[in-house]
Amino acid sequence: MTFDLMIPGQLIGALLPDVVLMGGAMLLMLLAAWRRESDAWQRVVAVGALAVLAAAAAAVLWMMRLDADASIGVIAVDRFRWATDLLCIVGAGFAIALMSEQNPRARLVAGEAHVLVLLATAGMMIMAAARDLMILFLGIELMSIAVYVLVAMDRRRERSAEAGLKYFLLGAFSTAFLLYGVALIYGATGTTNLTEIGARIILYKLADHPMLLFGVAFLLIGFGFKVAAAPFHMWSPDVYEGAPTPVTAFMAAAVKAAAFAAFLRIWIEAFPMVVLRWFGPIWWIAALTMVVGNIVALSQKNVKRMLAYSSIAHSGYLLVAIASTTSMGSSAFLFYLLAYTLATFGAFAVVSVVSDGAERGTQLSDYEGLWQSRPWLAVGMTVFLLALLGFPVFGGMGFFAKWYLLQAAIASPAPLVTLSVILVLTSVVSAGYYLHLVRVMFMKERDGAAAAVPASGPLTRLVLITTAVLILVMGVAPERVATWSRLSAIGPAPSAISSLGADTPELMPPAVDPAARR
Amino acid sequence: MERTYLPVLLLVGFVIANAVLILGLSHFLTRARPSPVKQQPYESGIPPLGDARERFSVKFYMVAMLFIVFDIETVFMLPWGVYFRQLSCTVPLVNNVCAASNISFFGLGEMIVFMLILLVGYVYVWKKGALQWD
Repeated sequence: MTFDLMIPGQLIGALLPDVVLMGGAMLLMLLAAWRRESDAWQRVVAVGALAVLAAAAAAVLWMMRLDADASIGVIAVDRFRWATDLLCIVGAGFAIALMSEQNPRARLVAGEAHVLVLLATAGMMIMAAARDLMILFLGIELMSIAVYVLVAMDRRRERSAEAGLKYFLLGAFSTAFLLYGVALIYGATGTTNLTEIGARIILYKLADHPMLLFGVAFLLIGFGFKVAAAPFHMWSPDVYEGAPTPVTAFMAAAVKAAAFAAFLRIWIEAFPMVVLRWFGPIWWIAALTMVVGNIVALSQKNVKRMLAYSSIAHSGYLLVAIASTTSMGSSAFLFYLLAYTLATFGAFAVVSVVSDGAERGTQLSDYEGLWQSRPWLAVGMTVFLLALLGFPVFGGMGFFAKWYLLQAAIASPAPLVTLSVILVLTSVVSAGYYLHLVRVMFMKERDGAAAAVPASGPLTRLVLITTAVLILVMGVAPERVATWSRLSAIGPAPSAISSLGADTPELMPPAVDPAARR
Repeated sequence: MERTYLPVLLLVGFVIANAVLILGLSHFLTRARPSPVKQQPYESGIPPLGDARERFSVKFYMVAMLFIVFDIETVFMLPWGVYFRQLSCTVPLVNNVCAASNISFFGLGEMIVFMLILLVGYVYVWKKGALQWD
């Protein structure tokens, strides 16, 4: 089924999952305000939020069944969008499940937290759909404002308020870069539509126009902040540490996934012709991010900070997929995002149990002897850490995620050999901190004076079991997910460009690996 | 294409020159003779009463914030009102008229949705007791 996006009714139809989510979120907002804040009422809102997410997921699956397609317009209707939507919805579901159980432990009983997660997810889905820089901006703002509030939600704790303010200021700063980039790109090409930008760059031979290149550079900086890539990563460890643990998981997984999806779409749809110019910067950012994230993580004593640096390192791995500039790269990207989302949520679920929702026990020493006191928690954490490391079999799909990523990097028009070597070497370095935590859990005795690790509640246990089982099962049988990610991939589309009457030279000019050039 | 930005450049230059001129003239042509009365903060000619840095109840901020939110939202009705005729017509207007067969409720429907969203926010604020002074 093809939507004609010029007709208002069909545009709304193409946005059905987003409309379902936003409408549900608004109704739940009223529901949350209807009674006094209490733990019981907060749970009612959480159930409602999960139902709304399920409805949105059903709408996404229905659109996939319809094989929905659309004329060129402000939003994209393709399988890449549906895949990203599903990733964000899964992340939001995990976040709400964790929050409804962990928040009351930190004396947070506002049902609005769940509504804010829904609104942030709506923003992410708009980002995934954006085929116009203005729509992208709308999505980013919708997502960011909700997440600022979520980060600062634990307002009685100083760290949370500090993290909220920091995230807000840095977020506003990066959005300014992004907007300035959008303005410059509009100035150079006269349009904000991604497909049109790509076409006009060819038509008017703008690939070396300084205004366009400045615009692309500013956009790159803006996205660098959003996905916490080095050297724009400074904010993320502080914010991840200060935010309530379920929110940290949501930021590390879903927020990052949405920002990366928009990043990938813009780079593939609008700037394939500028590849010679942005390839070098992205190459260096990817290399730097992998090195900095993994090496700084080695010296962390706080598990939340360690996972924050690990998440920075994973941004670097994902940037390799963007640097590969092929549809194979974007399929590896989706597979990686799924594995990363599951492992991140699992790991942070363990962190939230061990720290008792109150953010006290997040030091490495709090994990000593976890194997004796809560063996299943220790086993689960080991699976998640091995998945993040990319260990075969016990790390489940984490291994295949890295495998596909490397495959795509080598198969790209300019084989990213050096970048792949850096990826593998830094992964080896990452074993230093992932396995260190495993060693602490299994081989150290727990200090007798330390407080006991509390039991995990039913919802947290559900999240833990779901993520661990999915990781392990997909590690044994990755074919279905691999097929799904291959079908959902986007690559530079020659048809969209040649249809606008431009004489299309070869679409992807052979990029040069900057390290190989020297 | 760069020529079209020339007026902007001229405007920037004019603003800077103007500021330098006005501040420079007042700096060079006036003589500073300060006196205690002159150095007092200006409060519409009335002698100042107490310190300006006073703590206000958070309720004032709440009301101010809600006012700003709803005030800015209603500003969006202005461009909508200007384009209402076009929004209610499925084809481009001819002489600002729309044939009866082409009239659509798109413009009206959009505003109803917008108002409903505002209403949800209003009901939420009311239910949360943010409009209660005591």
